[in-house]
Amino acid sequence: MQNAIEIHGLLKTYGETHAVAGVDLEVQAGEVFALLGPNGAGKTTTIEILEGYRDRDGGTVSVLGEDPAKAGLSWRNKIGIVLQSNNDAAEITVEEILNFFSDYYVNPRNVDEVINAVGLEEKRKSRGRELSGGQRRRLDVALGILGNPELLFLDEPTTGFDPEARRAFWDLIRGLRADGTTILLTTHYLDEAEALADRVGVINNGRIVEVATPATLGGRDNAKVIVRWSEGGNMKEERTDSPTELLRSLSARLAGEIPELTVSRPTLEDIYISMIEGEA
Amino acid sequence: MSTFKIGASRGNLEIRQFLRQRESVVFTLLFPVLLLLIFGSVFKDTIAPGVTFSQYFVAGMIASGLLNTGFQQLAIMIPLERDDGTLKRLRGTPMPPSSYFIGKILAVLASMVVQIILLLLVGALIFGVHLPTDIGHWITFAWVTLLGITGSTLLGIAFSSVPRSGRGASAMVTPIVLVLQFTSGVFFIFNQLPSWMQNVASIFPLKWLTQGMRSVFLPESFASQEVAKSWEHGRVALMLSIWIVVGLVLALKTFRWERSR
Repeated sequence: MQNAIEIHGLLKTYGETHAVAGVDLEVQAGEVFALLGPNGAGKTTTIEILEGYRDRDGGTVSVLGEDPAKAGLSWRNKIGIVLQSNNDAAEITVEEILNFFSDYYVNPRNVDEVINAVGLEEKRKSRGRELSGGQRRRLDVALGILGNPELLFLDEPTTGFDPEARRAFWDLIRGLRADGTTILLTTHYLDEAEALADRVGVINNGRIVEVATPATLGGRDNAKVIVRWSEGGNMKEERTDSPTELLRSLSARLAGEIPELTVSRPTLEDIYISMIEGEA
Repeated sequence: MSTFKIGASRGNLEIRQFLRQRESVVFTLLFPVLLLLIFGSVFKDTIAPGVTFSQYFVAGMIASGLLNTGFQQLAIMIPLERDDGTLKRLRGTPMPPSSYFIGKILAVLASMVVQIILLLLVGALIFGVHLPTDIGHWITFAWVTLLGITGSTLLGIAFSSVPRSGRGASAMVTPIVLVLQFTSGVFFIFNQLPSWMQNVASIFPLKWLTQGMRSVFLPESFASQEVAKSWEHGRVALMLSIWIVVGLVLALKTFRWERSR
């Protein structure tokens, strides 16, 4: 499959700090790729280089077959961008700004459809300053998908969403993916990355630490299972490769029901945290 | 869509936004009229045969209106749009950058037309300003206005890169405009200023704009009261054109879509 994004040896320096220190990354056409990493790891710098907002100091970058530093307006017509926090459009309504922005694209989506897709039907006549944080974010997403992009950048798209709005947003992203849109996502919510991403990449100190599927990142699929239970008034914990075996012996020892039993595999968040801490 | 059509759509959006911000409507459109009412009512002296200060002031206010609607409005608005993410968002779309500027120019033109009409109405109805009846004066009015608004708009775009933040823009831009108004023949009569002040003001465009506007709205006899004893139309056109070139070069060289990091 052809790659929507290819990065080799990407470098970006601010003064003495190497914000991006040799990133290699490939995002396949049609996949949802989540870039994870702590604040200051180089996520936003990398993404803004891909979006054409920033120059790079070294390496090669190809986004939809073009170098973002040189690409023109026809390239911009094929990408959608949802930036972090905006406060613009204070005095224009949701439907007005979408109608005006459709003028900029060659093949825009229907404005009513976009408003429905992000769940802003009831706010279509509201001005930007009248929207809540989550509603504003949905407007950002609406503007990002308005141009029918082949490639969509989502920088922390669900910050400020309530759980219900987040689920609705996930459905929207799955719908875009089903239509063939390539999506590069950054998020601080690991459950979000797990729910949406085909692959995740962890970036720290300006370098890619690992790229894998959410299920296999950091050897998660081979990680030991954590069994916790209560015995003699104390909580016990054991990590094991054979949990069934352990449960059988526990059951025999404790004669029947095992008190306060939990059996868990490490979450994506557990794995992520151990990777970041191991790096620091 | 073509660059110009998108520009027209931007202009529509800009004007809508402008009208919805009550402060900007009051400040940009009504403030000059209010100033005219106050100054015109306080200073009623005759400053030359057949010329009252209010008439002199109307010409100056129309000239500085070009500076207010173009330079001041843009130099304050663009940094705010840079801060709130408007510009960065636009940069991420296939909108041609020139369409953004076309939109700004259309919005400036719209508020300028309204402001000039208001000032002329108040000037003619209350302060006895004589509107020219011959085509020659209106042609002068047209070219002075055109050169003035073009330069003012370009300089506003150029200056928009100077304030570090949107919040500081107004505090930076407003005093510049005020100082120019005091030294360029708006609030004071230019030929009564100390000559060093006249010389400094002559570097900047507002002095030439007020002089051009006086040649439209004051009697021909007043030309002899000007420092050069004439309206100096040639120099007015030359100085305004130089500022257009300066504004264009600076606007192209310095414009930023994002806040400096």
